[in-house]
Amino acid sequence: MNAPAEDRLFGWKGRGLRLGLGVNAALVYGFLYLPVVVLMVFSFSGSRYATVWGGFSVQWYVRLLDNQVLLSALRTTLVLAVCATLLATVLGTMAAFGLRRLRGRLRGLLETWFFLPVLVPDLVLAIALLMFFVLVAQLQLGLGTLIIAHSVFCTAYVAAVVGARLKGFDDRLEEAALDLGATRWQVFTRIKLPLVWPGILGGALLSLALSLDEFVISFFVTGPGATTLPIEIYSMVKRGVTPEINALATLMLLASIVLATLSILIQSKNSS
Amino acid sequence: MRSRPWLLLLPGLLWLGAFFLLPLAIIAVVAVADRGAPVAWGFGWSAFGRLWDPLVVPVLWRSAWIAAAATLGCLAIGYPLSYFIVRRPKRSRRLWYFLVLIPLAANSLVLLYAWTTILRPAGLLENLAGRLGLLPEAGFGLLWSPPAIIIGLVYWYLPFMVYPVYASMERFDFRLLEAAADLGAGVRTSVVRVLWPQTLPGVVTGCLLVYMQTFCSFVVPDLLGGAKTLMVGNLIQQRFLSLPQDWPLGAALALAVVAALAVVVWISMRVQSRLEG
Repeated sequence: MNAPAEDRLFGWKGRGLRLGLGVNAALVYGFLYLPVVVLMVFSFSGSRYATVWGGFSVQWYVRLLDNQVLLSALRTTLVLAVCATLLATVLGTMAAFGLRRLRGRLRGLLETWFFLPVLVPDLVLAIALLMFFVLVAQLQLGLGTLIIAHSVFCTAYVAAVVGARLKGFDDRLEEAALDLGATRWQVFTRIKLPLVWPGILGGALLSLALSLDEFVISFFVTGPGATTLPIEIYSMVKRGVTPEINALATLMLLASIVLATLSILIQSKNSS
Repeated sequence: MRSRPWLLLLPGLLWLGAFFLLPLAIIAVVAVADRGAPVAWGFGWSAFGRLWDPLVVPVLWRSAWIAAAATLGCLAIGYPLSYFIVRRPKRSRRLWYFLVLIPLAANSLVLLYAWTTILRPAGLLENLAGRLGLLPEAGFGLLWSPPAIIIGLVYWYLPFMVYPVYASMERFDFRLLEAAADLGAGVRTSVVRVLWPQTLPGVVTGCLLVYMQTFCSFVVPDLLGGAKTLMVGNLIQQRFLSLPQDWPLGAALALAVVAALAVVVWISMRVQSRLEG
């Protein structure tokens, strides 16, 4: 691209437009990253007060390692995320393959149905599950109910991501392989799986990241002894501010960013 | 294998049927049950009667206008931002777009906490304003007020606006702007009469997504708002988890929210089909 089109077309007014857009973009990116920077900077502050700079220190990170409550919450969060993701990846991938075989209205209908848990507001899903677990299934609230609840929305995301990947799949490859004498199983393992694999992995990583961060649904369906990290952070924020949260938040932020980046990179790598 | 999709679909269908459809249906059942510990199985419409409680109606009203303000805020900064990103060279475009998504993908709860340290009395913002001599005697009083909630909501839900608007701008044929300029249109006319109508479907989708999410958001008003700025999400949460519990009222509120949102979705779909038709 040579001279920006706006300048060419509209002269100085076009330049004004571009300037305005640039200023807006700078402000918005500043707005988006201000809290990130604040968290990271103050996690290294030596002060006891969360908003006063008290010299460089890593004491809050050191303290974090001794905090048994947080470590156990971290364990719960990881177990939950891995279990929910395994469930969701199997169910969601199977569903995506199944949906691909349907035709016409039914397919559209079921695709919407599998995506519905993403569209329903999390609060509504949260109270629905709480009432279901307590009044109908009569399950003890805890890790089990957390895993079931997370698997619901994670399945929807995995089905969507794998489905998007399958859309680019050329059915003629399958037919060609079958004509050449390959068995169904060979077609699946040698052709389909390698092609769809990035979608499955991307969906699983997305599910993992979402489960690690999920708060609202967990807050409603959790029980004694199953506190996740977001729930613990929420109660720390409610109880009062300690700089330990800054350190914890920085670490969680980095973990989420790495996971999300990986998920997006894997998905976009082979599709472009 | 093509003939047996149901074998693959069945586990997912059953799982979501049991743990998604059934729970949603239970909301409707509980809404017409009696208050108990936590629910007594009798049939009655009393929970819907309690919706008209003078404590409830202002909360619904506040949720509606705060969500509208947050949606407008997202549009006001998200629309020009999308234009900015679309006009980047192809190689860097993806990165700019990605940078908008990261805070959403990162832990939002933790970032809201950062906002409380920025907005609180004697927090970072007031500190900075104080140094510049811009701080009024009483402080800004931002935290625990509606403006703080709106800031938090815009922050959290901006990507939901940028995503569809950006997608519609990517499909926009920028040669149309050239045609407009050749025909003598100025910047404003070109943007208002050419770009805006062409990207309106994306704008409608974006507004819809943001409005739906912000209307029943519970975390943002809980952390950035106060007792005087309850939104419907807070009310639902309290009726379920705090004493005195009232699950039927909570369920009725959730139904009211879903019904209100369904109307919004219906209207925007009508607008959408008119735009395309």
